[in-house]
Amino acid sequence: MKRLKSFARGLAVLVGLAAGLIAWSMLPWPALLGLAALFALWMFTTRGGRQAASVAGVGISTLSQRLGSSSVVVIGIAGVVAVLVAMLSMAEGYQQTLRRTGSDDSVIVLRGASAAEVMSTLSLDSINVIAQAPGIARSADGRPLASAETVVAANLPIKGGAPDEDGSVQLRGVGDRAFDVRPQLKIVEGRKFESGKREVVVGSGAVRQFTGMQVGKQIRLGSELWTVVGVFRSGDAMDSELWADAEMVASTYRRGASRNSVIAKLSDAKQFKSFKAALAGDPRLQVDTTTTAEYFAKQSETMTKVIRVIGIVVGSIMAIGAVFGALNTMFATVATRAREIATLRAIGFRGVPVVVAVMLETMLLALLGGLIGGALAWLIFNGYTASTIAGGVGQLTFDFRVTGELLWSGLKWALAIGFIGGLFPALRAANLPVTSALRAL
Amino acid sequence: MKYFHLIWAELMRRKTRTLLTLLSIIAAFLLFGLLDGVRESFEQAGNSANGAKRLQTGSRLSFIQPLPMSLNDRIGLVPGVSQVSYANWFGGAYQDPHNQIFSFAVAPNYLDLYPEIAVDKAQRKAFEATRTGVLVGEGLMKRFNWKVGQKLPLQSTIFPNRDGSKNWIFDISGVISATDKKSGAWFDQMILLHWKYFDDSTPYNTGQVGWYVTEVKDVNQADRIAKAIDAISANSDHESKTQTEAAASASWMKQMADIGLIVGSIMGAVFFTLVLLTGNTMAQAVRERTSELAVLKTIGFSSHSVLWLVLAESVLLMLIGGVVGVAIAGVLGPIVSTASGGAISVPPIGLNSWSLGLGLMIAIGLLVGALPAIRAMRLNIVDALAGR
Repeated sequence: MKRLKSFARGLAVLVGLAAGLIAWSMLPWPALLGLAALFALWMFTTRGGRQAASVAGVGISTLSQRLGSSSVVVIGIAGVVAVLVAMLSMAEGYQQTLRRTGSDDSVIVLRGASAAEVMSTLSLDSINVIAQAPGIARSADGRPLASAETVVAANLPIKGGAPDEDGSVQLRGVGDRAFDVRPQLKIVEGRKFESGKREVVVGSGAVRQFTGMQVGKQIRLGSELWTVVGVFRSGDAMDSELWADAEMVASTYRRGASRNSVIAKLSDAKQFKSFKAALAGDPRLQVDTTTTAEYFAKQSETMTKVIRVIGIVVGSIMAIGAVFGALNTMFATVATRAREIATLRAIGFRGVPVVVAVMLETMLLALLGGLIGGALAWLIFNGYTASTIAGGVGQLTFDFRVTGELLWSGLKWALAIGFIGGLFPALRAANLPVTSALRAL
Repeated sequence: MKYFHLIWAELMRRKTRTLLTLLSIIAAFLLFGLLDGVRESFEQAGNSANGAKRLQTGSRLSFIQPLPMSLNDRIGLVPGVSQVSYANWFGGAYQDPHNQIFSFAVAPNYLDLYPEIAVDKAQRKAFEATRTGVLVGEGLMKRFNWKVGQKLPLQSTIFPNRDGSKNWIFDISGVISATDKKSGAWFDQMILLHWKYFDDSTPYNTGQVGWYVTEVKDVNQADRIAKAIDAISANSDHESKTQTEAAASASWMKQMADIGLIVGSIMGAVFFTLVLLTGNTMAQAVRERTSELAVLKTIGFSSHSVLWLVLAESVLLMLIGGVVGVAIAGVLGPIVSTASGGAISVPPIGLNSWSLGLGLMIAIGLLVGALPAIRAMRLNIVDALAGR
């Protein structure tokens, strides 16, 4: 009967814990502040609270004597948080880079059912029709802000690779309009290429990835030599590309008059529906129209999801390991302090303050671990540059981004681990029969 | 071994603590198993003996640029080449253009060059006899619940059909299964169709091929043959680049991301934590047992036997946890792969991972056991018995 009762109680604790964790994972930070304030209020105004505070005070002041075992909790949790935040910041950086590339008031037109720009072809006739569609913004001289672009995957030697090892880079053939459509793109070194010449400007991400990307150097694209005349920066996926004159790219790669895509600026984001409808209704065309925001979001979707899932799986397994570590440490702490706790209870301290005190101690260690882990992830990985193949054709360079939101979720994980790791030892401490605990050792 | 019961009894002294420590070790090695499988599959990609025997010839301009069909016979004449085959990207997608599937249009002899791909004899015959036939990877069949014999509608994200639409209809004539499940995860996810049918049907591909696959008679001649193949089209408007399949996939993988570094740092963090955790537990266990160890010494155990007893205990703990962890990873891996619908493929854990894992278990066990063991060895009997 007694066993049944204790089993039922254990079960109830577990169910409560699961429910609490779910609620916890969705908690925004203001709610946490509120909870903390309530808790502080309880601690300073009620008798039980004051008792808890004094017991916790004793525990915390003697932490230095248990430095070895307490640091296990801190370092274990710091490891979990660092790994988790690092993985998530990789997904975040990747997604942000692609997201920022697109906007709601610019559109990309591809041949129907093309998954990516490089797979699409548009004939000269189609391009002319698209440029005349309603809704496209016009430049000061009255011409539509639509840029027909050729995209090819080019092979270039990568930095730090073997002599014959090539990486794939996206080479974009553009006209003057391309710069009007993307106002965020700036030439930071050298100058723009001249039309009719084999000159390229290179993105700042590509500079880091491939050899020979210095202004004045010659590189081999296709079967021709091209001169690098400038470096540009736009803070988005374009940074990983090489830009050159559309005519020259098309002739080198034998594309004729066809282009891969048309990128156009709309006069207003609201024009998108009518623009799309106009193209869809035109019998001369068979095209897909998407806003660039949507196009790039779609491109990043799978990869981001995969990185996130891996991060969370790895983080969860590590977290489980850390929970057991914390449990171990806190059980040991409770065991070594059993007599002290029993004495407190014998002189009239109730169960709840003891539970709260042990919990408080663990949570404090967990908080410390979370902060250290977050700081480590931030120091090592914020701005760390990685690259991967994107859109099936070229290398995309992106930076890890440790955002405040990620740090916050890392901290939440830390506190959750601390909570579970402290709860069971705390309950044990509170349920220890006073007499046998006093006799112990 | 004769002291095994003693070590066991020591481990079971505090069941809760041993269990909790075991669970964290299991978690760590579960992670190790999953990550090492991934790392290895990256390293092993295309690294098989067959991969080294095959050369890939693509356009030097870029991998999406086609090469002329006429190269086929000329490559075949290069001394040392035993077979030539070719393939094209098809760019197939199922239901949604974003739901892309690795699909290639291949020459009739393509399968002969890939002994890693197993196709039932009757099914291969059926494939060869059906113009619109396709062979589909086992994994894909399961993922979309396709059946042999059914019609398979695919969209191509690159090539329109003759009627101008992107919709193609194929007949599933057979199933591809990888003879080696470990390195063949890739073959599970692909679709092969007839190059001839593809070339006849799409107006955009007039007798051009995406890349050539060449089998060489002697692996040691591969470099020379690769140069000879590239020499055929040197200074033409379709220069080619030939490398072994192993080299090609290794450089492709390298571009995907620096997986090795990321996986390595995660494992480093995990093991650091693990060493600390177990080390602490072991130290605690020995501290608690001071008087017992003193008794052991009193009844005649030498200092060294005590040292070995403690070390054996920590190695045993690590081995139990580690083996269970890696075994769970072995069970969990395929589940993760299936659950993610093929998006994440965790390869089965191979001999290499197991031996590396076992080595790590023993090394970490010795490492964390060392301090407490030395402490136990140096124990002064009189002081220990007196509780000092």
